[in-house]
Amino acid sequence: MLELAIQGSKKYFGWIIALLVVIGIAFGIYRFQLAFGLGITGMSRDVSWGFYIAQFTFLVGVAAGGVMVVTPYYLHNYKAFGKITILGEFLAISAITMCLLFITVDLGQPMRMLNVLLYPTPNSVLFWDMIVLNGYLFLNIVIGWNVLEAERNDTHYPGWVKPLIYISIPWAVGIHTVTAYLYCGLPGRGFWLTAILAPRFLASAFAAGPALLILLCLFIRKVTKFDPGTEQIQSLAKIVAYAICLNVFFFLCEVFVVFYSQIPEHMDHLKYLFVGLHGHGNLVGWMWTSMALMLVGIILMVNPFTRKNEPSLIVGCVVIFAGTWIDKGLGMISGGFVPSPLHHVTEYAPTMPEIGITLGVYAAGFLVLTLLFKMAIGVKEEVRA
Amino acid sequence: MMETSRRTFLQMAGIAAVGLSAKPVLDAFAAEHGGAEALPSVKPGPDGLKAKQWAMVIDTRKIKSSKDLEPMIEACHKMHNVPHFADKHHEIKWIWEEEYKHAFPTDVAKFMDERLERIPFLVLCNHCENPPCVRACPTQATFKRPSDGIVMMDFHRCIGCRFCMAACPYGARSFNFQDPRPFIKESNREFPTRMKGVVEKCNFCAERIAVGKQPVCVEVSKGILTFGDLYDPNSAVRALLKENFTIRRKQNLGTEPSVYYIV
Amino acid sequence: MNDRKYIMTGLVIFLAIVTFPFWYNLGKASPGPEVKLSDKAKAAKQCVMPTEYMRAEHMQLLDLWRHSVVRNAERIYVNPSGKEFTMSLSNTCLDCHNNKADFCDKCHAYASVTPYCWDCHVDPKEVK
Repeated sequence: MLELAIQGSKKYFGWIIALLVVIGIAFGIYRFQLAFGLGITGMSRDVSWGFYIAQFTFLVGVAAGGVMVVTPYYLHNYKAFGKITILGEFLAISAITMCLLFITVDLGQPMRMLNVLLYPTPNSVLFWDMIVLNGYLFLNIVIGWNVLEAERNDTHYPGWVKPLIYISIPWAVGIHTVTAYLYCGLPGRGFWLTAILAPRFLASAFAAGPALLILLCLFIRKVTKFDPGTEQIQSLAKIVAYAICLNVFFFLCEVFVVFYSQIPEHMDHLKYLFVGLHGHGNLVGWMWTSMALMLVGIILMVNPFTRKNEPSLIVGCVVIFAGTWIDKGLGMISGGFVPSPLHHVTEYAPTMPEIGITLGVYAAGFLVLTLLFKMAIGVKEEVRA
Repeated sequence: MMETSRRTFLQMAGIAAVGLSAKPVLDAFAAEHGGAEALPSVKPGPDGLKAKQWAMVIDTRKIKSSKDLEPMIEACHKMHNVPHFADKHHEIKWIWEEEYKHAFPTDVAKFMDERLERIPFLVLCNHCENPPCVRACPTQATFKRPSDGIVMMDFHRCIGCRFCMAACPYGARSFNFQDPRPFIKESNREFPTRMKGVVEKCNFCAERIAVGKQPVCVEVSKGILTFGDLYDPNSAVRALLKENFTIRRKQNLGTEPSVYYIV
Repeated sequence: MNDRKYIMTGLVIFLAIVTFPFWYNLGKASPGPEVKLSDKAKAAKQCVMPTEYMRAEHMQLLDLWRHSVVRNAERIYVNPSGKEFTMSLSNTCLDCHNNKADFCDKCHAYASVTPYCWDCHVDPKEVK
């Protein structure tokens, strides 16, 4: 099936080359980071995780979001989604690829990465995160490939794939739960020390992932002969609507607990994010924007008129994706480090090289996504013809 | 039939070849472990100090100003080749001073003893009995040494994920954001430096304890610091703990810090 | 079968590129470096373990040393003949082999290995 990915229009190859150029430039910057150290980033002694880990966290969500098309189809026999499950699975593969790359670029000594396998440490959440992420990547590759190949040959996928599909459903929940546990089990970090962190992560994941999938489906409908289907897109939109409402609801639960209990270590972080702390407030504008975007998203997605109207659906998906990205990709990680456990306020902002490497990882992810989607759609077009 | 027997022959030949090539290796093993010669072994040094859990008591009553703490900080950072970065973001420190409200941010009273508000507090790794950093490390590069409870760093193994820095509620850990060597003023040639990309922190002078010496900060502290075994009822630290009211940093987190402050 | 000549040409080019280092360097192999012993090392006659073992296994030995010292607080090495050594790269190995450039680096450079020991451990004799 791979050959389908290397046939295409000029535009297709133009896009691939553009991605490769971005990856190439970013790789150059990464070489520099490798030689100099993580000092080229905006991270510091107090804010020891930054943009890379934040993107990783957000993208674990996008990967987990793929399960929202898999579950209805395989578990509830919702036939309509059969057409697009492969897109969900392939989106998950590219998102996990980006996650793994982000972890790699964040390491101070990446060449020692395999120490995690050499000295397995079950008490470390990072060890489990490594297992669930790689496991999920493996599951999606095996499942996606076999199901797509069966579709191409007009046969049923082999029987042994079925159990893997069932395993992949709780596994998707697992990747984001374990990723939340990275943060929420740390004493002295009041912002993350909340049992609702994993549910919050999942809610935002099930909004952001399917929102991106809707946008991709609409794009595919426009530029290829394959139509993912209006019913499918509308069903996804409903999932996004529920999930984004839950996400905001969970956040408000958090706000209630923090501000009704009035415990300073928990309040300070939210104060820093939304009104600034001791005169520092780099993220205040971003956080309110995020809230506004999610609110607009709720209005557009819950209201059936705007949900069914394609232009407003597109706006809804874009604002929800952007809103959850700011929430998790900017606020969630920085917010947990400011103020520091010693109550110092050290702010964080990514540097240009850091953003460059980040864009490179995203480009690599989009390259994987493009090639996989090209293959999937190639098969769909073949079968149709 | 012909086909099968040829295949069997080739398989046998292959196995035999592997076996023959392994012979020198086996011989080497036999030579290494055979004979009457004893095997090499390792052991602790004869003068090493022993404890179940090393602990430190800091008598803040004897601290008047930063001048009292400077010698300890300097001695430690010099001895352990701790680099000095002008950029606060990349700072590396094993032992340093903080105001009370930063050292004990959860125990600040509105109106406090003026002395406590004024004097600097010496802070360092607490060598917790229940260390969250050790729990978080994915490679056991940071570990609690079973022999004496020191929370150690194995710089050879650290992958620089900085999970331990997120886990430590005392800000005791620093990360080498770049090669530290050019930023070490007078280097102690008997102690290694670190390389870029690894986390570091106070090691309770494990290298000095091993040869029967007290940690260097204690040695130059003029009695402000006392070091000893927390579980030896006759130790110097226990004597102080018996007679004085002490506090520890963020006791409510259950990390069981081994550094006590007499206030 | 029409592609036969393309396949053959491709294979030939591939083999030529893959084997390039071998025939390029044919007959030009440089002789191995001669390890120079310092006077102190000569006088000591034997290292912590027999020379053969040290030559082949010194990294394994150093691995054991660093593990014992850093992780188990065991700093004394007792060799098979009962002689004791403090396990320290800078302070024991390099005290005797006080000619790192001639003793360590030469061979490492020849074998094209760049151990990162020296990123942290200091050669005490090395002039700053």
